[in-house]
Amino acid sequence: MALELYLDLNSQPCRSVYIFATKNNVPFEFKKLNLLEGEQYGEEFGKINLIRKAPALRDGDFCLAESIAILLYLAEKFKTPDFWYPADLHQRARVNEYLSWQHMTIRLQGSKVFWLQLLIPKILGADVPQDKLDAALEDLNASLTLLEDKFIQDKPFIAGDHITLADLVAIVEVMQPVGAGVDVFEGRAKLSAWRDRVQAAIGEELFDEAHKTILGAQESVKLMDASKLQFFKPKILKLFM
Amino acid sequence: MELYLDLVSQPCRSVFVFAKAVGIPFEFKVVALVEGQQYREEFAKISMIRKVPVMKDGSFVLTESVAILKYLAQKHSSSVADHWYPAELRQRARVNEYLSWQHMNLRAHGSKVFLLRAMFPLIMGSEVPKEKMDAAVEDLKLSLNLLEEKFLQDKPFIVGDKISLADLVAVVELMQPVGTGLDVLEGRPKLIAWRDRVKQEVGEELFDEAHEQLMNMSSLQEKMQNNSAMEMLKPKFQMLFK
Repeated sequence: MALELYLDLNSQPCRSVYIFATKNNVPFEFKKLNLLEGEQYGEEFGKINLIRKAPALRDGDFCLAESIAILLYLAEKFKTPDFWYPADLHQRARVNEYLSWQHMTIRLQGSKVFWLQLLIPKILGADVPQDKLDAALEDLNASLTLLEDKFIQDKPFIAGDHITLADLVAIVEVMQPVGAGVDVFEGRAKLSAWRDRVQAAIGEELFDEAHKTILGAQESVKLMDASKLQFFKPKILKLFM
Repeated sequence: MELYLDLVSQPCRSVFVFAKAVGIPFEFKVVALVEGQQYREEFAKISMIRKVPVMKDGSFVLTESVAILKYLAQKHSSSVADHWYPAELRQRARVNEYLSWQHMNLRAHGSKVFLLRAMFPLIMGSEVPKEKMDAAVEDLKLSLNLLEEKFLQDKPFIVGDKISLADLVAVVELMQPVGTGLDVLEGRPKLIAWRDRVKQEVGEELFDEAHEQLMNMSSLQEKMQNNSAMEMLKPKFQMLFK
């Protein structure tokens, strides 16, 4: 049985795993998981990942959740080029530092902006209060500033001269609010230049392919049946409102 | 090697306990959070993110406890037993899986319960709205359920037979709400047994030393009320209560 990756490319951590595996020619079976249809709550998927989130990996009898764990597992198992997760003590520490920091900052805040801007209005059938949106954007902006000033600084990439898992995880999260129509790169020359370098290092074709779904989100949300999304209402309201 | 720590903070405790348990020498640099010391200029020079823990090894400065723990394990790999961060592919993946999951789950929810119980009345001058408190406790409960059902299952430790960084990071987060007098382990014999195993592995004395300040919340709250940093800290706390 080939290695299986359970993915929904609407989800940021799914994109980093997809890009990494594809870029490094990891042989895998793409198992599409439709999160907005609630497929993560099915019985079968529960056996693969009790946390009921994507991405998830199944390698024979071994199941693994959490994109960061999956990325590190793939890097080690398939002996990907050292630069992705350098063996050097200090460089590896810089990658780990970013991968840890990003959970409660860019990941959380980028997701929040995406939901508040695009999906919650659809669920509620009404606009989100402007002050809530402004507060979420402010938080995201503060984190983007830290990404520029503390993590990238004057280096080409987060850990130095070469792309690493840190840049990959960063870029997919930064692209999420873009999918909701929020141009996070506006007025941020450093971030834009970094994005271009990351895109080039990944390969434009692969980057675009991975982001096709999310960049079409505004259109697909328009066509969505709001009643289907009601299932998520209590969870999402608790998390983001 | 310097470690900038406040033992009231969970990630500071995991770093403190690990370094001591495996015999890595360090200089303990106190950063008293309730006195707002993380907002001092001198600390900004160490870390612009203004959080703890921070490690300074020569000229190399590192933030984020998970990164610091992995750095210490890697740097001292010749003297740190393998089980802390196993080299074996699947076991290491299990540690990484837990370390990743915990940020937005046990850490986030345990912190929220702690902040609401220990700090809200002090900062806001009123009791925590029941709905808010119940929601936070419910979220924490769900995280503890997953800790038991997904991560521990029937194993002695998260990875298997031996303690790892995952157990250490988990136990310090679990202790945070306990510090406010909330017995999160009530009715959870599996977690109690696991906590006791972890305590035994790191050493009871060390475990208790690390948790001494947390378990003495009333003196901490007193310190907060009596210091000039309160006005500056109030709005920052209010953000965390949302």
